[in-house]
Amino acid sequence: MALETSAHDNDTPARPVPYRGGGFRPRHKRGVGLIVFAILIAIAELGTRQGWISALTLPKPSDVFWTLVEFWQSGRLTQNLFPSLTRLVVGAFLGTLAGIGTGLMIGLFSAARAGFVPLVAAIFPIPKIALLPLFVIWFGIDEGSKYALIAFGTFTPTVVATYGAVDNVDRTLIRMGQSFGLSWMSIVRKIVLPGAMPGILSGLRISLAIAIILLVAAEMLGAEYGIGAYILQAGSLYDLDRLFAGVVILSLLGVVVSFGVGKLETRLLRWRV
Amino acid sequence: MEIRLDAVGHRYDAVEVLRDISLTIPAGKITCIIGPSGCGKSTLLRFIGGLEQPTLGNVFQVGEQPDGCLNALTYIFQDFALLPWRTVAGNISLVLEDHGLPKDRIDSVITDVLARTNLSDFANALPKQLSGGMKQRVAIARALAVNPAVLLMDEPLSALDSQTRDLLMEDLVSLWSRTPFTAVYVTHNLQEAVRLGHQIVVLSRRPGRIHEVVTIDAPLDQRRTADPDLQQKHDHLWHLMRDEARAADAELVHGA
Ligand SMILES: Nc1ncnc2c1ncn2[C@@H]1O[C@H](COP(=O)(O)OP(=O)(O)OP(=O)(O)O)[C@@H](O)[C@H]1O
Ligand SMILES: [Mg+2]
Repeated sequence: MALETSAHDNDTPARPVPYRGGGFRPRHKRGVGLIVFAILIAIAELGTRQGWISALTLPKPSDVFWTLVEFWQSGRLTQNLFPSLTRLVVGAFLGTLAGIGTGLMIGLFSAARAGFVPLVAAIFPIPKIALLPLFVIWFGIDEGSKYALIAFGTFTPTVVATYGAVDNVDRTLIRMGQSFGLSWMSIVRKIVLPGAMPGILSGLRISLAIAIILLVAAEMLGAEYGIGAYILQAGSLYDLDRLFAGVVILSLLGVVVSFGVGKLETRLLRWRV
Repeated sequence: MEIRLDAVGHRYDAVEVLRDISLTIPAGKITCIIGPSGCGKSTLLRFIGGLEQPTLGNVFQVGEQPDGCLNALTYIFQDFALLPWRTVAGNISLVLEDHGLPKDRIDSVITDVLARTNLSDFANALPKQLSGGMKQRVAIARALAVNPAVLLMDEPLSALDSQTRDLLMEDLVSLWSRTPFTAVYVTHNLQEAVRLGHQIVVLSRRPGRIHEVVTIDAPLDQRRTADPDLQQKHDHLWHLMRDEARAADAELVHGA
């Protein structure tokens, strides 16, 4: 009682307790990303129109846009995009699948861990593009070498992400599975794999971005059609409009892939707290 | 089914954890194991369930399994061990799927155990949506689903607040009263031991040996907290435990 009233009695000033919580919690802010893009493009447009950005440094965004429209209407977009997408999908699929498989083996068997981890550490830092000539000899000059390059590039990050994720699966859940007499296969399929899924998916984000980079590199080194070939051509002619149109397509591809992985995450990881 | 431990002893490298444990877990009764922290209760339970092997002695299961038993020795874990990506029903179906049962049989077992644990309304909830008490109910339902011969519980209620703990103890009592099951219940809570145990095994500090076995004959559903007999048992157990706990505590300080 005395404590409660004393403040009023003595007229001591009462201040609200200062708030110091909050922050450190990513929240969903719609449209902010779009606004950032729009502002940057608007500045570029203004600059190139008024001349304080020279036409040699940056093309007019509107010109790039019209180039894209023309690209699409002439049918050359599909002509170039389709082979690129096929390479991306096939290569990334093969690489990711092999990566998840190997990562699981490493996570589950000590022998595989002892054998593969040093190997993966040895091939991870190799710039895969440097190996393209080798792949051309091994897998042929056309699609085979491109698939191999992309697959190889996505393989190592997927392996590392997967076995890390398997290591992080809650051991008590595995112990539970054993205590109920679940078969080894069931434990892997129903406990280890879903438990490792968050880690595998965040690995997927990185390896798919790497896949796009490698795709362009492979196409630049030798392809008739493909976004990479298109950019290389535009670059050698110093056709900045077309070069940027190609770059825009790549960025969009990156955004679409990242969006796709995000959707996959919300679908598969709804259970996460 | 009965469990018989014959001169079980165990050491982890230099540390002797258990010494000369001979004990019978009678069928259809609840056996509580109490003892100071680190005396090897969880280890002993892992031996009984076959998750680990003792360095000395043997663990036997005596007698036939009940009909329709899918997993004779079944655990209920302290931290629930529910798969967070499966719903309540999915978590129960997990332990039934490996037995080649037809789909409608699995569904009827799930419906039955959910009804017995008052979880019918939560069949499609994910673990993250449930409170701790609810999660442990799901784990109990999952254990009942395989119609176990012996339930092995390692401090199943110690992650819960005391009100929830009381409610779940009542649930266990009523489950047992309807269909008596064999159980080994590890705890360091004397109230739980006195409330649920037909036989209470007191282990000494490490290396754990059997200090005393106390039996309580009063039927589970008639045990009241105010009962002077029970209170006396409780005090007796507390007396046994206190010295061991004090000594164990001092040991840990020395060890560090
Ligand atoms: N896998 C292991 N390797 C080495 N030592 C272990 C292992 N498991 C348990 N121990 C040791 O054995 C002793 C008994 O452990 P146990 O978990 O069985 O004790 P407990 O009676 O269940 O204790 P608590 O009441 O804290 O749960 C402890 O000193 C512990 O450190
Ligand atoms: Mg323990």
